[in-house]
Amino acid sequence: MGDVSASVSAASRRSFLKGAAATAAGLTIGFHWSGPLRQALADTPKDFAPNAFLRVAPDNTVTVIAKHVELGQGTYTGLATIVAEELDADWSQIRVESAPADARKYNNLDWGPVQGTGGSSAMHNSWTQLRQAGASARAMLVEAAAAEWKVPAASLTVDKGVVHHAATKRQATFGELADKAAAQPVPANVTLKHPKDFKLIGHKLPRVDLPPKTNGTAQFTIDVSFPDMQVALLQRPPLFGATVKSFDGTQAKAVPGVVDVVQVPRGVAVVAKSFWAAKKGRDALKVEWDDSKAEKRGSAEIMAEYRKLAEEPGKTARKDGDPAAALKGAAKTISATYEFPYLAHAPMEPLDAVVKLDANGCEIWAGDQFQTIDQANAAATAGLKPEQVKIHTLLAGGSFGRRANVASDYIVEAVSIAKAMGANGTPIKLQWTREDDIQGGRYRPIYVHKIEAGLDAKGQLVGWQHRIVGQSIIAGTPFAAAFVKDGIDATSVEGAANLPYAVPNLGVELMTTETGVPVLWWRVVGSSHTAYATEVFIDEVAHAAAKDPFAFRQALLAHHPRHKAVLELAAKAGDWGKPLPKGKGRGIAVAEAFGTFVAQVAEVTVAPNGKVKVDRVVCAVDCGIPINPDVIAAQMEGGIGFGLGAVLYGAITMKDGAVEQTNFDGYQVLRIDEMPKVEVHIVPSAEAPTGVGEPGVAPVGPAVANAVFAATGKRIRVLPFATGGMA
Amino acid sequence: MAISFTLNGKATTLDADPDMPLLWAIREVAGLHGTKFGCGMAQCGACTVHIEGQATRSCVTPLSAVEGQHVTTIEGIESKAAKAVQAAWVQLQVPQCGYCQSGQIMSATALLEQNPKPTDSDIDGAMSGNICRCSTYPRIRAAIHAAAHTMEG
Repeated sequence: MGDVSASVSAASRRSFLKGAAATAAGLTIGFHWSGPLRQALADTPKDFAPNAFLRVAPDNTVTVIAKHVELGQGTYTGLATIVAEELDADWSQIRVESAPADARKYNNLDWGPVQGTGGSSAMHNSWTQLRQAGASARAMLVEAAAAEWKVPAASLTVDKGVVHHAATKRQATFGELADKAAAQPVPANVTLKHPKDFKLIGHKLPRVDLPPKTNGTAQFTIDVSFPDMQVALLQRPPLFGATVKSFDGTQAKAVPGVVDVVQVPRGVAVVAKSFWAAKKGRDALKVEWDDSKAEKRGSAEIMAEYRKLAEEPGKTARKDGDPAAALKGAAKTISATYEFPYLAHAPMEPLDAVVKLDANGCEIWAGDQFQTIDQANAAATAGLKPEQVKIHTLLAGGSFGRRANVASDYIVEAVSIAKAMGANGTPIKLQWTREDDIQGGRYRPIYVHKIEAGLDAKGQLVGWQHRIVGQSIIAGTPFAAAFVKDGIDATSVEGAANLPYAVPNLGVELMTTETGVPVLWWRVVGSSHTAYATEVFIDEVAHAAAKDPFAFRQALLAHHPRHKAVLELAAKAGDWGKPLPKGKGRGIAVAEAFGTFVAQVAEVTVAPNGKVKVDRVVCAVDCGIPINPDVIAAQMEGGIGFGLGAVLYGAITMKDGAVEQTNFDGYQVLRIDEMPKVEVHIVPSAEAPTGVGEPGVAPVGPAVANAVFAATGKRIRVLPFATGGMA
Repeated sequence: MAISFTLNGKATTLDADPDMPLLWAIREVAGLHGTKFGCGMAQCGACTVHIEGQATRSCVTPLSAVEGQHVTTIEGIESKAAKAVQAAWVQLQVPQCGYCQSGQIMSATALLEQNPKPTDSDIDGAMSGNICRCSTYPRIRAAIHAAAHTMEG
């Protein structure tokens, strides 16, 4: 981890400096300038503009520019906290606004020249960049005050947005100094605070986005409105890969309020003056589909094929020692196969985008997660240059991965409809319904895992052979160069190929499949299935070795202190070893995802009819320096609920290629009456921060499954639990 | 066709398709955007409003059904329970993405207006029709208890 932090910090610094160079070319507006000074400085732009991440206004507000989208994960608050800390701002003066799409200034430093949010990377990639941004601006404010008061800069202090000179009892607010700070040169080097001096980081600051989310004023894409706006619903093919053969829009057009019916590459759109007219119009639309190239297999058939493939060798993702020989020579072998269904993301705000397209440009309003990818795809669809596409990133009503896709599906649909309508500048809102969302594809793929392990005569784990069968999320996308090496999609094997347990002979193989079903990352990506397979299986191995599941793991984690520490903390706080009444059980699991370590202890009650009720989950998390402990706790709580709903109920199934679920009645998710009590414990750390949006999801499924085993002796190897009548 | 009802305390007449769900009439005709669309079939509760004080899913309520009724949306709640709920939501930092929270707050407010001291089981009964994909459920529960406590004082 130390190495990773160091290299990322270096990368951040390089990028920051590149950003500063871009500033010199006049691309960046830093402080809020006004009047003659602005004009004077505009002639010599290289003399100012500390960075692209904040703006101090004369009214004493500090606006932090967020390059990441707020999907609920608290990123606006986290990003602003980092800036405010080094700036020594007062939390109450902080505002946040979203950045425009710009891969040079706002790229995700973990990814390269792409602006986007995902992989729980926001805090990790922004940490040094935003500390430097805040520190640089602070230094300029201090220099401005020093020049004004004719005192040494070193004699000044800053606290809560006010610069003080103690000896002369002078002080000035950031707002008062903004204009003069603008004239100061951007410092070549800034000193960042020692963590012991943090005043905001590590504290439970209130989120910046909450009051509007409690009174109905928070603006999501669905709330964007223009007087002449039209609403479009798109009829997509009933099978993945089918295309429009012909359509009859006569009856749709007869619905009052329907403006037009147009064909686009993804289907047939009904464009109307209101949602309801568009909905009625779409219900009246007749489309004939060409399904000659469509995927017609059912999910059960795909799963059956994968089960067979799991018996054949795949490509090697990891090989330590000689796993085959170790298994052959083992005193005892254990084998298990685990099956994972397709999962939909089902964010509460169904996908939507507003597009205003004319011959000169395109404006897009969306809860946009892949700004520069969406910008490029929108431009290609519209026949424009990327710089002619302006993206307004709004609050997103959840995503869980769905809004981040390299095809930019919902954005491209909206642009293609605006184009088919004549690209006349009329704003068009594409609104997906829940049915469109549940049936719209880009699911977490189906996977089958087969794992075999060998124990020696003393019960020591000597061999582990893990085979994963499933579709690649990354292959064929621009991310392939970075994430697919020698035919191994890193996201298919993450959480398995980096198994932390000390096993001398360890093999991990991947069999990559192809189907016509579009797939996508789903919250915590590979670990949404690998953590379940590995952490249930290690439990099975511990049982076979007649060892305590916690102690067995602990003994194998000597070289992975961060895994071990969260495991031990969860066990201690979760009353590991304390007896429970009959019908109840306790299970444990640990996982690392995106550099964050999480262990959970689940307590369950299993009813005589087999139905599982999760009573309590105790969670320990190590995400490096905790930026906001309350946001971390909230993300662990939320991740646990999200993951639990999926293991209990989550499954998208297809019959003859057609998705069988349509809405929340068929695609069940967790509700409040099934939410366990959650306790979150944060491991103190001096490591650079890592993300918390996704990692909390990984251990909950296996912890619960292991608790069910402790209560009943029954292993759940096919997900969801509902398949076996356990939910 | 014109439908007349009381919306957030004001006499309102909306000229729209009588079959149009109240949700869309509120959002697109009356222009109040706090009430959200989540499923269109009373499965998720994002569209919850009060009709005559009862928490109701506006996505399956035709506009014609509210003729002469009192409809309250998130923009119009002002009871003691509503204020306590909204304050508790901020105090306990309930929302994440926030999209479902208008509906959650409307359901929680209706619950406390009728039952000022709900048990966990009462909360399950009143709130299990409201889905939150961010799973803010533990904080929703805690905030309802906190609001109930505030209302006592």
